[in-house]
Amino acid sequence: MSAVISDNRAFFNQLRKYYTVYTGGFLAFVIALAIAEQMGMSRQWIGYWFLFATIGLYAMIGIMSRTVDAAEYYVAGRRVPAFFNGMATGADWMSAASFIGMAGTLYLSGFDGLAFVMGWTGGYVLVALFLAPYLRKFGQFTIPDFLGARYGGNIVRSIGIFAAILCSFTYVVAQIYGVGIITSRFTGLEFGIGVFVGLAGILVCSFLGGMRAVTWTQVAQYIILIIAYLTPVVWLGVKHTGVPIPQFAYGYTLQKVGDLEKKITADPKEVEARGLAKAAAAEATSALKDPVKAASDRRAALEQRLAKSKADNAPDHVQKSIQQALSNTPTDPEKAREYWTARRNLGANASPPRQHADPFPGANEQARDIARRNFLGIVFCMMFGTAALPHILMRYYTTPSVRQARISVFWSLFFIFLLYFTAPCLAVLAKYDVYSNLVGSRFAELPAWAAAWRLVDPALLTITDLNFDGIVQLAEIAIGGDIIVLATPEIAGLPYVVSGLVAAGGLAAALSTADGLLLTIANALGHDLYYKMIAPGAPTARRVAVSKGLLLIVAVIAAWVTSYKPGNILFLVGAAFSLAASGFFPALVLGVFWKRANKWGAITGMVAGLGVCMYYMSVTYPFLRDLFGITAPIASYQWFGMNPISAGVFGVPIGLVTIWIVSLLTPAPDRQVQELVDHVRYPVLAGDIETRAT
Amino acid sequence: MQLTEKHREYWHRNLVITTILMVVWFIATFVVGWYARELNGTTILGFPLGFYMAAQGSLIIYVVIIFIYARYMNNLDRAFGVQEGDDE
Repeated sequence: MSAVISDNRAFFNQLRKYYTVYTGGFLAFVIALAIAEQMGMSRQWIGYWFLFATIGLYAMIGIMSRTVDAAEYYVAGRRVPAFFNGMATGADWMSAASFIGMAGTLYLSGFDGLAFVMGWTGGYVLVALFLAPYLRKFGQFTIPDFLGARYGGNIVRSIGIFAAILCSFTYVVAQIYGVGIITSRFTGLEFGIGVFVGLAGILVCSFLGGMRAVTWTQVAQYIILIIAYLTPVVWLGVKHTGVPIPQFAYGYTLQKVGDLEKKITADPKEVEARGLAKAAAAEATSALKDPVKAASDRRAALEQRLAKSKADNAPDHVQKSIQQALSNTPTDPEKAREYWTARRNLGANASPPRQHADPFPGANEQARDIARRNFLGIVFCMMFGTAALPHILMRYYTTPSVRQARISVFWSLFFIFLLYFTAPCLAVLAKYDVYSNLVGSRFAELPAWAAAWRLVDPALLTITDLNFDGIVQLAEIAIGGDIIVLATPEIAGLPYVVSGLVAAGGLAAALSTADGLLLTIANALGHDLYYKMIAPGAPTARRVAVSKGLLLIVAVIAAWVTSYKPGNILFLVGAAFSLAASGFFPALVLGVFWKRANKWGAITGMVAGLGVCMYYMSVTYPFLRDLFGITAPIASYQWFGMNPISAGVFGVPIGLVTIWIVSLLTPAPDRQVQELVDHVRYPVLAGDIETRAT
Repeated sequence: MQLTEKHREYWHRNLVITTILMVVWFIATFVVGWYARELNGTTILGFPLGFYMAAQGSLIIYVVIIFIYARYMNNLDRAFGVQEGDDE
């Protein structure tokens, strides 16, 4: 026994040494690129270096960790120390949406965006208290494994497989989309090619080495993503607060933002610009029906106006602004559509800026109440979804013991916390910069980052001189959330190499999550469906080979779906959480905490939870309503005014109650199941049964 | 496999600590969230309290809850003789 202890310790020390060297090497790589930049290396080449060096690195780890052993392939040999499993879970967890989207969401929606910050961290409390240690003691390979063993029979397992694939697939599409965006933006490759370069990076890892390769790559990816996220924020923090830990010091910046909000709300020039923004958005909406004609109409109107201002001897900057507006109006069909779409976004500027720290804004008490309910609804769904997403839960199968599984949840949340408690700070710092430096600057001399990014993509940043006064008003800026993280290095005045680093971080976040999700889907099919249900006698080598083959197929299908660019990533992600929460959480938790829960309870409970959740989304989410041809007003279907993304607030309780009632109406589970429950409840039990899979 | 009185006591204590921590979790999440507007009336280090709790305060509480649980349970395993041997 002591030999095992010293083995574990030696392994830990070895890992620590490897990853310390790795981190040092990565920093040296970044410094080398920084020097190369000073010596004149082009931005595109910096982008290529980051892209290919990091993907090459992940591939190398993947190749070194290749395996055909079942326990190695499915659960990394069950010897991942708590600390490293925490890092791997962090990378597994934090997706492109967290890395790139989170701070932007907070920038745009202020307090209300914090629902995601709370939900995506607080869910780990549920993981720690209700699931991780028990799943580890159970010690098989997948979540349907547990459901199948606890409730018996293939029906429960099949529902588990269905739910695992449904939520993981929804989620993985969003990740591959993120990979495509990042690669194409930072290297100039086309979106489609970007998707497949990224996909190669994902596959080389999970395909060759399964969980084992994914684990060690995710640790490496976590290190890159956290360095990439914190570096520019710390820099920006020093600029605005004078302290290198802005997470604690941005309160005063928040106050200054509040003062600026008041000033901007009252400023007569802003009031004028808000009116013009509303008109411009209305014009853009109708212009989108025939973008080219509308554009040439606008050009004609602007030319007239320019001639008039010349005749009136208007001030120089006014003439310049009109000229600028004229040259910004494209007549090329593609460009014109982009132009009007960007202008339509100005509609958001018709009302004064929202108070950043103000919770649940609304026109009247009732609206505010509904906003509050929806805020808590999102928190609830994100939390219970976290505690039910199979790709996260299966990470806790990989630790050496129950004890380490408990500590591992702590490390997981700690590493996730580092990013999530920084995001709200970044949003405020960036907002302060925009309100104080960008607003009020002259169009002729915009801050460098704004001048650069408005050329990159009008969806990310559009600044239009609506009132032709040559000065930027807040109502003239249309901003896309993603720019906040992407442009932070430039806002903070850092060299381009840090922008490349941020891109590499975003890529690491997207790749690591996609790895974990694809593996979950492939295992649900290869292990649960093929091995457990179709061919129970299959030899190990064939089982692993089947899983690998399925992984490839699923990856290609996911990439194919992604290439259609399905819209609204945030809804896709939110839907995945609500579905996972409704389908899995009640059956998993009652399976451990209530011995009386039985097969029929679980079957009806999972179906009821999932069913209610899917029903509610279909009748309240516009895209699905169109799909099913539902025309009655949304409000007539809404329960308590909840949005479709929080459908889980109905699915989870209905699932719990259904399991409870149906279990009591049907016979109690047999003795074997009772023993299984005792088995997972105690880390060690005299005369214990063995459930570990090999 | 027969459970002794000691085993039942272990599980009971597990349920107690789980309940206590869940109450803390519930307050830090839903009670604080519900009263965010009222809490914003108080300011600490420049932060309106309601905003601060949602952005950072509750997160810190979550980390602490999990830490306490892991520590408490790992000690409880030892005290009740159900700890694993093959681990540091």
